[in-house]
This record gives sequence, C-alpha cells and structure tokens, in this order.
Amino acid sequence: MSDWKNDVEIMVHEGKISVPYSWTVGSTLSRFYCELRDNGKIWANRCPKCGTTFVPPKIKCINCYEEPHDWVELPGTGTVETYTVVRYEEPSMHPRKAPFVYGVIKMDGADTGMVHFIDEVAPEDVKVGMRVEAVLEDEREGNILDIKHFRPIG
Amino acid sequence: MEKVAIIGVGFTKYAQNSPLTFAEMVFEATTKALEDAGITRDEVDNVVSVSSDFWDGRTISSMAISDASGAFGKDITTVEGDGTFGALYGMMRILSGAFGVSIVCAHHKGTESNMNGITNCAFDPLVERKLGLDAVSSAALQARRYMSKYGLLEEQFALVSVKNHGNAKRNPIALLPMDITVDDVMNSRKVADPLKVLDCSPVTDGACTLILAAERQAKKLTTNKKRVWMKGVGHCADAFRPGDRDLADTRALKAAAKRAYDMAGISDPLNEIDFAEVYDAFSYMEPLWLEGLGICDDGKGCEYLERGWFDAGGRFPVNVSGGRLSGHPVQSAGLYAMAEAVLQLRGEAGERQLDGAETALVHGVNGMCGQSHCVWVLGK
Ligand SMILES: [Zn+2]
Repeated sequence: MSDWKNDVEIMVHEGKISVPYSWTVGSTLSRFYCELRDNGKIWANRCPKCGTTFVPPKIKCINCYEEPHDWVELPGTGTVETYTVVRYEEPSMHPRKAPFVYGVIKMDGADTGMVHFIDEVAPEDVKVGMRVEAVLEDEREGNILDIKHFRPIG
Repeated sequence: MEKVAIIGVGFTKYAQNSPLTFAEMVFEATTKALEDAGITRDEVDNVVSVSSDFWDGRTISSMAISDASGAFGKDITTVEGDGTFGALYGMMRILSGAFGVSIVCAHHKGTESNMNGITNCAFDPLVERKLGLDAVSSAALQARRYMSKYGLLEEQFALVSVKNHGNAKRNPIALLPMDITVDDVMNSRKVADPLKVLDCSPVTDGACTLILAAERQAKKLTTNKKRVWMKGVGHCADAFRPGDRDLADTRALKAAAKRAYDMAGISDPLNEIDFAEVYDAFSYMEPLWLEGLGICDDGKGCEYLERGWFDAGGRFPVNVSGGRLSGHPVQSAGLYAMAEAVLQLRGEAGERQLDGAETALVHGVNGMCGQSHCVWVLGK
C-alpha cells in the first residue's frame, strides 16, 4: 500500500512572487488626490438623486447607481465612529510601527467614513465619538498618505 | 423547480503546515466524497473548484488541481471566494439543465503564505491598501463598532470562543479543541483591540468536496439516507469600501437570508430550523451574523448567547463543529460548514450529533467584514 509515505522526507520549496503594477487612479479619485496634493483640500462628491455624499469620492452612488457629480469641499474634521489599536508588526505593509491606531472617521459634510490613522493621542485615550481633524503632510504626492493622520481637536 | 441534493461529502482533517500539496488535499477530499456518495468519477460530468490565486501563489489555480478533482476530460470552472458560493454555482449549473452530477471542491493552505499580506491586497490599492489595513485590523474596526452601537462587552464575545473551542472537542477534524474560560480569552495576547488571539480563527489548511446531483439522478445513484436537499439559498453583497457601510449593520445578510428562507418556505427561522453553522472567523461575528440571519433581534445576539441558546444543548445550537474559530481554511470554510450540516442531517456526526436535526442553516462570507454573504437552508 502507501506505507512509503510514512518514511518519506517531505520537502518544502521556498518562493516569492514580486510583480510590479501601475494602477490607473481614474478621473474621480485623481481629482480627489490632485486637490489633496496641490491645495491641501479634502473633497467629496454627492449623489444628485439621494444626496449621499461620499469621501473618498465614488464613480457611482452605491444606492442609486447615479453619477455623484456634485463636488463639495469638506472642512477636514469628523467624528471617530470606530477604532482599533493594532499591536502586531507587518513592516512591508504598515506605514508605521505598532502600536498604532486605525479609525473610521465619519467626516463632517459627508455621509461616509474614512479609514485612516489616529495619532497625536495615546492609544488608550482614543474614544468612539471623539472629534478629530486631518493633519496633512507638508510634501504631498497625491495619495491617501498625503493625509498624515487624524488628531483630536483642541 | 427541480430539486438538487448533496449526495456525498469528503474533507481533509484541518491542519497547519500540512505535508500535502493543494492537489493532494483536493485528491483526498474528492476521493472521500465520491466514496461517500458511492459513485465513481465516470458518473460526474463537471467540476466547480473554489480557490484563491493569490493565496495559492499561482494564477488560474483551478487548473493546477483539475486532475486531482477528477476533472480530466470534463468541464471545470472556478469560483474565487467562499465555498458556499461555489456550491451555489454548482447548483445553478445543474438547474440550468446543461450539467449532470457535479463536484464542488475547495482548497486552501493558509500556512503556506502570509495571511495579513494577502488580505491587505483585498483592499483598494488606490486607498485603504496603502494604509496597511487587513482582515484582522478591519475586523477589529467592525467589532468595536458593534460594541459601541449596542453597548456590548469584550467578555460577551469571549463566550463565543469558549463555546466553540469546547464544541471542537467533539469534532475529530478540529484544529483547536480547547477547554478555555472567558478569562483565558481576555488575557490572551492583544492583536488589534478589541480582538485578542483567542477571538481570532487560526490560519488553517484544508480541502473539502461536495457531490451534487439533480433529484432524478440523486435518487438513482444513492439511498435516501445519503441525500440532503438544497432547500433554499440566497446571497447579497454590501458596499466594497468599509467606510461606505455601517460595519454593525447586517443589511446584506438580512437580504441574503430572506431570499434563502423564502425559497425554502421558512417564515420563522428560529423555530423552523434546528441548528446553524455560522461564519465565526472572529468571535464577535457569530452574534452579529445571527442577528442578520434573523435568529434574534439586532443587538440581542450576545444576550441569547449568555442564556445558552446557541450551546450544543441549547435552543438553537450554533457551530457545534467548533466553527471557524477551531479551524478556518478560508476558501473551503463554507464547504466544510455545509459538509458538517450534511453529517448532522444524516445522523452521522458522531459524538456531537444533535437530536432531531432535520433542517440546517449554513452561512458563508466573502469579502472583508462580511461584505458578501451566502445563506443556505439544507434539509432531509
Ligand atoms: Zn444616490
């Protein structure tokens, strides 16, 4: 029978896949990132049919499938809807060292939340409902990390 | 509409660093499922495979397991997601009239790669991926939102882990059968608050296969005892971006469950269904999804959990298998849950057999924080 399977040395071959990509950002998110990079502003877009305002902006309203073509500038402030303190290290994918805080920030002037870092506050002092504001990088490249993090207001 | 039956199930024991290749795992699960059905490969005319290319580290991953799944000389197609969605596709192929007896197989070897890195790649590379978000950290955001929306406690979520690891002691394939307490969960290593290690399912390897057949063929090929009917199914997706959803709102699952219950002619799931296998990749998910499945009102899942409703001997047993918390081969998880329900309905669940199990609820998830749900009602 297959007794030989009990005696065989099971080998493991190491491998790694590294494939470069160039992801097109598209007109909607490009406008969002250009405004962020060039003018330090956070823009959202609003569905003309149901009025839902999306940040980051969307190409289609998730509810109505309409194009949310009304653009609105947001004040960059919001309220922490939920958060987590990340305790594990993943150096190749985390832009900062653990422990750090992710939050979903319900943005003033919009109906959706932005996922981002919450900092300039001890992790144990972060609370649901806390008022926060966006802190921007001085040197901006046109991506989500142009927002450095959100910090408590006041 | 014609009925479709599950006529055979087979699976590998949950493992970590399994010495088997993907193909060897699929071969074992499929051989067992064919033996269980009492048929040969010749009686099957097509295969639906379930896998993730990213997780396998190879493209068109179904091709790599086609021989092992018995697909040589037949039609094979792939679902990238949870096994419950593969079973749905298998059923639809049969109902279309174009296909006969179908193999649905799923495989997953989480321990061969990096779960955080792979689940990070499920997020939009233009937005959240750059932040480093992954399955665990996004689940932690959902857990906290669920807690604050309904005033729930981490200790209540810990009870899910205590229950399911305890159930796993009666499941010979489980990876983590354990006698643990709420304190053990609370004191386990913090991963992403409020989640601790014992709130999280283990990275797992496993393959599972179901054999499906239309009523006429099922009755020709198998005995009554082997047949379990696919009585209802529904699926529904929510918004992709986590910030576009209220993470504690189960609207997509509610819609999926309604479709499944309507198809199965069920109006009162708590009283018309006998037990459930619910997606518990993280402890908090079990009560949250039970609310979405209409087993209890929103925000009440933990209360009924504390009352013992969902214990193996309770009013509505949930995850008697030990759940995903005791073994979670991601793509295969839903097929294992369906296979567990089949064994229970046939009265073949050994030490964990439930009395009078006639109708089962099985729930699978695809996407982060339960973006997409597939709900099955299976019955005798
Ligand atoms: Zn709209």
